[in-house]
Order: sequence, then structure tokens, then C-alpha cells
Amino acid sequence: MPTVHFTDAAGAVRDVQGNPGDSVMETAVRNGVPGIVAECGGSLSCATCHVFVREDCLAQLPPMEDMEDEMLYGTAVDREDNSRLSCQLRLTDELELFVTTPETQV
Amino acid sequence: MGAHTAEQPAPVTDLSVPTRTGLLIIGASQSGVQLAVSLRALGFDEHITLLGDEDHRPYQRPALSKEFLQGTVESESLIFRSNEYWAEHNVDLVKGEYIVRIDKEADGSGVAHSSSGKQFPFKRLALTVGARARKLEIEGGDLDGVLYLRNADDALALKARVGDAQDVVVIGGGFIGLEAASSLQKMGKNVTVLEFGPRLVGRAVGEETAEYFLQAHRSRGLDIRLNTSARRFTGADGGTSVAAVELQDGTVLPAQIVLVGIGVIPNTQLAEQLGLTVDNGIVVDRFALASDGTTVAIGDCANMPNPVPGSEPGERIRLESVNNAIEHAKVAAYSLTGRREEYAGIPWFWSNQADLKLQIAGLCNGYDRTVLRRDEERGKFSVLYYRQGQVIAADCVNAPLDFMAVKNALAKGQNIPADAAADPATPLKTITTDS
Ligand SMILES: Cc1cc2nc3c(=O)[nH]c(=O)nc-3n(C[C@H](O)[C@H](O)[C@H](O)COP(=O)(O)OP(=O)(O)OC[C@H]3O[C@@H](n4cnc5c(N)ncnc54)[C@H](O)[C@@H]3O)c2cc1C
Ligand code: FES
Repeated sequence: MPTVHFTDAAGAVRDVQGNPGDSVMETAVRNGVPGIVAECGGSLSCATCHVFVREDCLAQLPPMEDMEDEMLYGTAVDREDNSRLSCQLRLTDELELFVTTPETQV
Repeated sequence: MGAHTAEQPAPVTDLSVPTRTGLLIIGASQSGVQLAVSLRALGFDEHITLLGDEDHRPYQRPALSKEFLQGTVESESLIFRSNEYWAEHNVDLVKGEYIVRIDKEADGSGVAHSSSGKQFPFKRLALTVGARARKLEIEGGDLDGVLYLRNADDALALKARVGDAQDVVVIGGGFIGLEAASSLQKMGKNVTVLEFGPRLVGRAVGEETAEYFLQAHRSRGLDIRLNTSARRFTGADGGTSVAAVELQDGTVLPAQIVLVGIGVIPNTQLAEQLGLTVDNGIVVDRFALASDGTTVAIGDCANMPNPVPGSEPGERIRLESVNNAIEHAKVAAYSLTGRREEYAGIPWFWSNQADLKLQIAGLCNGYDRTVLRRDEERGKFSVLYYRQGQVIAADCVNAPLDFMAVKNALAKGQNIPADAAADPATPLKTITTDS
């Protein structure tokens, strides 16, 4: 089962098991992980599902499309090189992903 | 309203012992869910009952006219929170109960009665009852196949029919109509949109954006007819299913599905029965309190003071958007926990139609100037709205950078000088000034 380890800005960790095919954002929201707002429900319109991906996990992820890239310039906490929008990250069978949620999303 | 079948375990209240939930939230959708979630985040520890009349677990509506209709997302993805979440947070979720009457005391407590005869006592009440689709009352309006799109049952009914239909007539060129029309067109249907007014999305965007959408949709093959209305719907050979739409000028369009999207009416019946002040929605103050001073009302059903910083004193507004449902719910959560926090924010909205991603920041009411930014080659288009030299809103199509820049500038009380904004090659972020 895919697992996502969410660390919040204060350092608290939540490990959530998800279903293959679901996005990291959906997995977070359904389980009430704080730090992911996701107003637009994953339609790439809000940039409130921003996460920082641990460097060694980046390579497992699908490449970023232009629209995600542009949206990332509007996040509440400035983007870094390891920033992604979690609604664009789909869980796969064996995925083990470590992400940090920003201090605020809006 | 959804059918009220009993697929669901018995609700929380054991009637032999009338317990009183701390807070009864009527309406289990975007704003009701957010209210419960925000209250728990603020440490509100009273029991919460989140009650709705639909038979589904609370879900997000926006995809109903977009991804869900096109079959690119599953219904499970639209569910807001897992069952475990509600159990862990001491929130009872009651599905399939339609509240018809409420008895309420002056201290804010009372009992709500459902159409199935159940009673839901409460200490405090929140109305998050949203809005319902406006009906088109013309001949043939009750034929099978004349559909609306407000909730999951509507979307399921539409999806169930799509397979057999070749021709669809969409009535109403607003967001819902255009989103559904582009979705259905993408699914291979022959779609005609009828708009009564002289332009698309009459209320929500300015002239230039409306024109842009008209051209964009037409060039993608959508048949859009402005200044056109339906006279009646007819069935085939006296049958009960719709077969055609007859226009005012006598034209007859074949249609196995008619989708009506002509706006919504806020659900104010319960508020009226309670004697609350109602005027295009349940009238609330800056703290989301209705006229009795205890009931909170939020989201699509509420008429509230304009939340945009610096707006005219006394100006009121009813907003229909996810962002508003969320922000308004937060204000209500503060109210219910004894904090006085006014709703101040930059409303925003999105709409996806075909490959057009529209994002709107701010409210364009009362603008005196617009600036167009159009990058033909990259399919980007934005309109910035100004009042007395200050930017107040923007409609952005496939231009997230513009959208973000305007939204951020508005939130920080900054400006984007109009003359400099006109060149689409200049990033707006670089010319933003501290007014
Ligand atoms: C098809 C569609 C597409 C949309 N697309 C977008 C979009 O792209 N972007 C955006 O920002 N917004 C969009 N919206 C608007 C957004 O979904 C609404 O603004 C939001 O759902 C409002 O939330 P609400 O909780 O106030 O009301 P609602 O979502 O209307 O919820 C009210 C709930 O209360 C229930 N209820 C009413 N009366 C009773 C009663 N007496 N007893 C029990 N239950 C009752 C209703 O059945 C409903 O479940 C869309 C809406 C639709 C329908
Ligand atoms: S959820 Fe809105 S952009 Fe990811």
C-alpha cells in the first residue's frame, strides 16, 4: 500500500496510507491532514495543496506540467526547488513519499 | 432534493432520551463540512451533528459539471472526508433527512423536525442549506429528460441518459451551462446552448471576457445562440420523454436531453419559518449571525456584508462559490467559539470549460476601466478591472500567473498600474506597487 508521510511546518509527522490512483492531496484531505486546503478539489486552480517533497523522493514523481509550474508561483509560502502541487501527484502501488506542508496555504 | 431512502444507520438522536447536540448544522455540503472542520480546529468540543437531505456522503459539487460528468474522476474522489475522520472528531453525519420545521427558543436552542418525522434537538443552529436550481416553467418542462444540475443525483441522472442521447440543448449560458455544454461536447454530443441575454455569463464577468468565451466556444464547435429562448419542449408522438425544443421564433431543435442552467435560488424556507430576516438569502452580519443573533447562516444561502476590504459600507452580497463557502464558514466558526472575526477577503472563483481555465480574482462591480492582456499565440487572456485607478478584480483565462499576481496584490492592498499592465509580456508581479 502506498504511504505518504506528512510533516507539518512545526515538525509533527502524520503517516497516511492511501489508495493507488488517488492523489496525495485527496489522501491528505480525506484524512484531515492539516496544512492541505485544496479549495479547488484538484482541478489545478487554487495552489492551496502545495507541498515540499523530500529531495530523494522527487525522482519517483511525474514531471511537472506548465500549468502546475505557473500555479506554483502563486503559493502562499514561496515555492522552492522541491515544491509540487499535491493534487498532481498520484499514488502508485509501492510509493513511499515524504512531504512537508507549508506553514500556510492561503 | 434527493430521495430519502434508508441506506443509512439510524441517526444520532435516541428519541426516548432527547439528547441535545451542541451544534446542529443543517446542510451537509461545502459550507457545512467546513464549519464542522474549522470548529474542531479551533478546539470547539461540543458534539456536532452535520445533517443533510442527500443520500450521499458530503461531496464537492464543482466536478459535477466537469470531471465527474466526463468520467475522468470517480465519485469516491469527490467525498470531502472519510467516515473515520467524522468518527474521530465526534461529528455525527446524518444523511437523507430533510428538515421541514424548526422550533427555536430565544437562547438559540431548539428542535428541528424532518419530513420523516424525526427530531433533532440542538443547543445552537447553523443553516448551511445552500441554493436550489431555478426551474424553467414552460410547456413541457416536466417531460422526462429535462434536467437540472445542482447535486450528485442530478449528475447521476444526466450521466445515465448521456449514452443514448445524440442531441443536447443546454438552456442558459452561465457557468454551469457552459461547463456542462463543453463536457458533453467533448463526449461527442451535438450541443446547442441557448442564452436569453445578449451575452454569455451575464452576471459574473465583464463584456470582454464574455466575448472571449463566445468566440472561443464557437471556434471549438459549440453552437451558441444569444438572445434566444425556448418556447416549449415537446415529446415524441405524445411520449413522456423530451424529443425537441421549440424556440420563440419557431425553430425546432432535436434534443434527447435538455439541461437547464438558469441560476439558483437560495434556500430560505427554514429561515423564513423561523422569522429571520431574508432578502435574497438569509441576511447575516459580519460575524455570520442571522437577525436573531444566535443562528449562523453561511455559504450560498447567506446574504452578507461585502467582505472585500474597503468596499462601500452597508453594501451586501450573496456569493456562490467554494472559496466563499470556506471563508464564510471560518468566520462562523469564530462566532460560535465566541471570537469576533470579520470576514475580510478577496473572493475568487474558477470555471473549467473545454481547455479554457478561467480564474476570477476579486469582484468587478463598479469598475470604470478595463485593461486587456491578450497573448494570442499562447492562448492566454486576462482582463483587469479598475476603479479610480485601483485594480479591483481580474478575469484570467489560461493565465494563472496573472490571476495569482492580482489576487496577491488585492490581498495586500497593492495596485497594478493600468498603463503598465497592458503589455502581456510584462509579468504583473514585477509592476505591482504599494498603492
Ligand atoms: C455543477 C456545479 C459546479 C460548480 N462549479 C464551481 C466552481 O467551479 N467553482 C466554485 O467556486 N464554485 C462552483 N460551484 C458552486 C459551489 O459548489 C457552491 O458555491 C457551494 O457548493 C456552496 O456550498 P453550500 O454548502 O453553501 O451550499 P450547497 O452546496 O448548496 O449545500 C447545501 C446542502 O444543504 C442541503 N439542504 C438544503 N435544505 C435542506 C433541509 N431543509 N434539510 C436538510 N438538508 C438541506 C442541500 O441538499 C445541500 O446538500 C458549482 C456548483 C455546481 C452545482
Ligand atoms: S487542489 Fe487546487 S491546485 Fe491542487
